[in-house]
Amino acid sequence: MPKTILTADDSASVRQMVSFTLREAGYDVVEAVDGLDALDKLNGSTVNMLITDLNMPNLDGIELIRQMRAQPQFKFMPIIMLTTESQDSKKQEGRAAGATGWIVKPFKPEQLVAVAKKVLG
Amino acid sequence: MDQHREAYREEAREILSELETALLKLEETPDDRELIARVFRAMHTIKGSGAMFGFDAIAAFTHEIETVYDRVREGKIPVTPDLVSLTLLACDQIGKMLGEEPADTAAQGKILAAFREKLAGAPPAVKTAAGQSEIAPSPESREASLVSYRIQFRPGKDLFATGTNPILLLDELRALGPHRVTARTDLIPLLPELEPEACYLYWDVILATTKGGDAIQDVFIFVADACELKIDVISDAEAALEGVGDAKPPGASPAERGGPREALLSQELSESGADLALTERQPTLGARQEKAAASSIRVAADKLDVLVNLVGELVTVQARLSQKASAGADADLVSIAEVVERLTAELRDNTMDIRMLPIGSLFSKFSRLVRDLSGQLGKEVVMTTEGADTELDKTIIERLNDPLVHLIRNSIDHGIEPPQARTAKGKQSQGTVHLSAFHSGASVLIQVRDDGAGLDKERIREKAVEKRLIADHAVLSDKEIFSLIFLPGFSTSRTVSNVSGRGVGMDVVKRGITAMQGSIEIASAKDEGTTITLKLPLTLAIIDGLLVRVGDACFILPLSSIDECVELTRQDVANSHGKNLAMIRGEIVPYLRLRQRFGIEGEPPPIEQIVTFQTDGQRVGLVVDQVVGEHQTVIKSLGRFYGGVDEVSGATILGDGNVALILDLPKLVQKAETAETTMHTHRRAH
Repeated sequence: MPKTILTADDSASVRQMVSFTLREAGYDVVEAVDGLDALDKLNGSTVNMLITDLNMPNLDGIELIRQMRAQPQFKFMPIIMLTTESQDSKKQEGRAAGATGWIVKPFKPEQLVAVAKKVLG
Repeated sequence: MDQHREAYREEAREILSELETALLKLEETPDDRELIARVFRAMHTIKGSGAMFGFDAIAAFTHEIETVYDRVREGKIPVTPDLVSLTLLACDQIGKMLGEEPADTAAQGKILAAFREKLAGAPPAVKTAAGQSEIAPSPESREASLVSYRIQFRPGKDLFATGTNPILLLDELRALGPHRVTARTDLIPLLPELEPEACYLYWDVILATTKGGDAIQDVFIFVADACELKIDVISDAEAALEGVGDAKPPGASPAERGGPREALLSQELSESGADLALTERQPTLGARQEKAAASSIRVAADKLDVLVNLVGELVTVQARLSQKASAGADADLVSIAEVVERLTAELRDNTMDIRMLPIGSLFSKFSRLVRDLSGQLGKEVVMTTEGADTELDKTIIERLNDPLVHLIRNSIDHGIEPPQARTAKGKQSQGTVHLSAFHSGASVLIQVRDDGAGLDKERIREKAVEKRLIADHAVLSDKEIFSLIFLPGFSTSRTVSNVSGRGVGMDVVKRGITAMQGSIEIASAKDEGTTITLKLPLTLAIIDGLLVRVGDACFILPLSSIDECVELTRQDVANSHGKNLAMIRGEIVPYLRLRQRFGIEGEPPPIEQIVTFQTDGQRVGLVVDQVVGEHQTVIKSLGRFYGGVDEVSGATILGDGNVALILDLPKLVQKAETAETTMHTHRRAH
């Protein structure tokens, strides 16, 4: 059974690119437009991994990670955050909140797949 | 990719119009943090996505503006009408770039210069290199040659809290080239201190790769902050020693692959200053020890006892459940009870298995004893062992020590002759004591065999007559003569040495073995040697019992010692003229009435049952009202208040909640005999 990855990003184009790339690589993908939407979708379906942007309206990535780690069923789920090179402090914040790893934007499709393979198998 | 580019264009245009609205509002309320954040996010998205879909010019352009707004967000650059109108200009420019119009580099340059001016006025910020992704593999840095690394990866305890799976990291590492991964388990604490969500493992990896050290660093990029990582280049010679590298590519034969483990061990030993030659001599031992270390945990013995007790309780409750289920007519309940029964049996077997220890640890203690004793007595003796890995319950192993010491002492002292005597008999001057252990059904047989003089039948007989243990004209079989040495106070040794021969040896041995529900047998031939065989149950905590009933009371007899069950009718009793003797298969068997022995009131049923068993080489019967059947017996001790009751070795709880006493059959017979003798003496005195 293919593993399911939830991608949370307020940018439709990023979501589209992430979904397309991961689907090509054999994963199932669920999309969420922000942190609140992500939490909603996490609880409705089986998700094996989360890829989240950090800057999102309503509920940002850091807070999303924090809230997920507080729930037992997401305690050990791999979470990848999308950051930019100018957000080193954000990266630290994300790590502290419990993110597994990060991808620095901009990234190429094969890098995304490599990271998914790295933390999800 | 084109569809993504189109999607990006659409999205960017939406963002730009939102951005315009936000900027205009911001001009009115320059301190609205939410608006500033929205502007920043918009720039961020345009930049990030732009680079991904090939709009590098937009990304580069927006990057500078984003940087300024980052400062604005931090409150280091104020929002001024000037900044807002500059940003609006930038937006128009981005819109033009999206439309793929010829690049107006002059206009872009002017806007950027203005932004840079803003930035220069603000306190400098640490800027990381733009554009390049951190995890991008850089082909140029790859080295062509094979380099060996020793990698020590020691993750923090909270590794799992970040959703990291170390197996994937190791797998990734393994994909880099020939490797050997060793998991270290020594930091795992005992169960009470163990946090189930913490990571206590760490790994040592030897890896030969052409990808270079950066590739290794990349594997651990996400965990680099949260772990101790040491990557050292090691020489090819070292790598060859570790079994990784050119010498042994992956896919080598299994024998070759066995190499690294020993090699690593020897390397560790040499590091700790031990002699390398030593490990070469015992490679298999080293390999086995390491394997054992990697796959076992030490648990306090009393925890196991608690576990066994709990399993015992479970077996009892399960018996009740089965009884209740079979009494009712509920088919569902019966099938559930059957599953519970099967699981309980499995759990019981597994739990008992945990308590099993190889007897080898006991054997190895004796080689010292043999060496010291033979030196003391001027004899040449070697000890050989067989079946050292035979497993026995740890309680039995502990209680076997003293009996075995006695038997080995006897063999060396009485059995094996001095060197001259042996040569005179044409034997090797060096004698052998052979210890062996093997399974036989539900029992374990332990043999102590020597190639000494053998038991002197005549001397035993003489001695027994002299001590009035047998009549001087009694006809005894070899087996009966040998069993005389188990009688209390019997010793044939002419001189009492300080090794053995005090006459307390063999009866103590026998008592020790029978207390464990075991039996002892002797075989001996003159000048060929003596073999003493101990037969022991695998475990003492749970035994197979025979449940019998007398009146309302239930008793358990150890099933292993039972021969058969036959009926005893009133006619049979009448025929024996008041004597407690029954004719069973042409043999006269004396019997005990349990009802009488324990003073149980009430009339026996018309047809009683005799359960026969062997004790001291004699067949004895025990009369009970009813034989109920086999019973899985969990042995519970009776506590110290019952310490003086020898006939009972313990108790068990039956399925219906009643307590059944477990009878010690040899003791029961012994006590009954003594009681009868004193009774006769009393009668004679009157």
